[in-house]
Amino acid sequence: MPKDGRYIQRDRAWHPPAHTPGYKTSVTRAPTRALISMPTTLSEETGPAFGHDLLGPLDNDLVLNHAAPGESAIGERIIVYGRVLDETGRGVPGALVEVWQANAGGRYRHKKDGYLAPLDPHFGGCGRTITDAEGRYEFRTVRPGAYPWPNGVNDWRPSHIHFSLFGAGFAQRLISQMYFEGDPLIWKCPIVRTIPDDAAIERLIAGLDMNATIPMDARAYRFDIVLRGRRQTIFENRPEGL
Amino acid sequence: MTQKADYLKETPSQTAGPYVHIGCTPNFLGISSIYPEDLGSCTINDATLGERIVIKGQVIDGAGMILRDAMLEFWQADAAGLYPSPQETRGAADPNFTGFGRTGCDWETGEYRFETIKPGRVPFYDGRLQAPHITLWIVARGINTGLHTRIYFADEDAANAEDPVLARIEHRGRIPTLLARPEGDGHFRFDIRLQGDEETVFFDM
Repeated sequence: MPKDGRYIQRDRAWHPPAHTPGYKTSVTRAPTRALISMPTTLSEETGPAFGHDLLGPLDNDLVLNHAAPGESAIGERIIVYGRVLDETGRGVPGALVEVWQANAGGRYRHKKDGYLAPLDPHFGGCGRTITDAEGRYEFRTVRPGAYPWPNGVNDWRPSHIHFSLFGAGFAQRLISQMYFEGDPLIWKCPIVRTIPDDAAIERLIAGLDMNATIPMDARAYRFDIVLRGRRQTIFENRPEGL
Repeated sequence: MTQKADYLKETPSQTAGPYVHIGCTPNFLGISSIYPEDLGSCTINDATLGERIVIKGQVIDGAGMILRDAMLEFWQADAAGLYPSPQETRGAADPNFTGFGRTGCDWETGEYRFETIKPGRVPFYDGRLQAPHITLWIVARGINTGLHTRIYFADEDAANAEDPVLARIEHRGRIPTLLARPEGDGHFRFDIRLQGDEETVFFDM
């Protein structure tokens, strides 16, 4: 039987490079030296375990988890759901999925956000869940608004939801953003454009899934996420040179 | 034509942005009504085995500015070198130790603080022992893909000298960027420099 070996190396040409002048903040925050390559060790192949007992009943329901009793968040009600897989195509069970986002007007509940759009008293903007045995997850939220940000003179972020993912090993740690099918701001966004390959960008665009929509209630968007996988070989433990 | 390998492509990374605290450390930000506590806010308790230590530091950009919007995550073995993880097959780790820490930086000073225990030694894949280290992952606005580095300890000269990962660093003068400096009383300082002559070593694994 093949065993789980070390993690497959990251395709750094697929991810955004560190230095992306179109996204100005990256210029002084991008490491300039080559990354030091190493095989994953136990330190990266292990990771914290998050049990379902961690979760409160409304943790994956952003429509209600900051709302007063009888109230709900303002905005277009949506379901965001999908699977967390690894590069070998297997579902990742027990993955912690954390999300955060602006409210329907494009305003974050954060001390550093001073956008004109008002806060919604019934919307906090964060949620979390843990994938099931097949790697499935689901959230309910409102569609976040687009908002302007100080980068170029007139840059706007497309509607997006931030995703943070823990798989089984710390080497899989990933933070990314989900965009919405049909949003014309996606292709104008300097942060989106830090990713060099359009095919990679498309992987961040969730499609409208009418079959998962709840009639008279909420539309649905499907967003699958792929984390790094491990090599599968019975020869994994052979000695390897430096 | 050849057979096509059916691997999936990893989801590409995007910056955590300036508002990462909403999702990852909401209580630290002041959103206290959603989760009872932030994940990773407490790694140890009174019964945790091992030498108590505190690591503090700042993340500094290429213009010498201290980041106030970074989020740091720590992952480490217990005092015996075992990970509190389902992937750990060598034995049971200390039940009073989570191994995982997560914190933002102080809104004014940019300083982070991580209270933990000194980790034990963990084997490399070939059985050689690695020096005590903490895996550190850094995200922030302007960082497109989270940065992996390691915190080693400047008071572990003998172990550091035989560490197989440190041995991979050809420019030996860069190794001190990975060493937490003792400041007495169990306190260590570990600053992260994103650029410049003392740029921290970051890893691709």
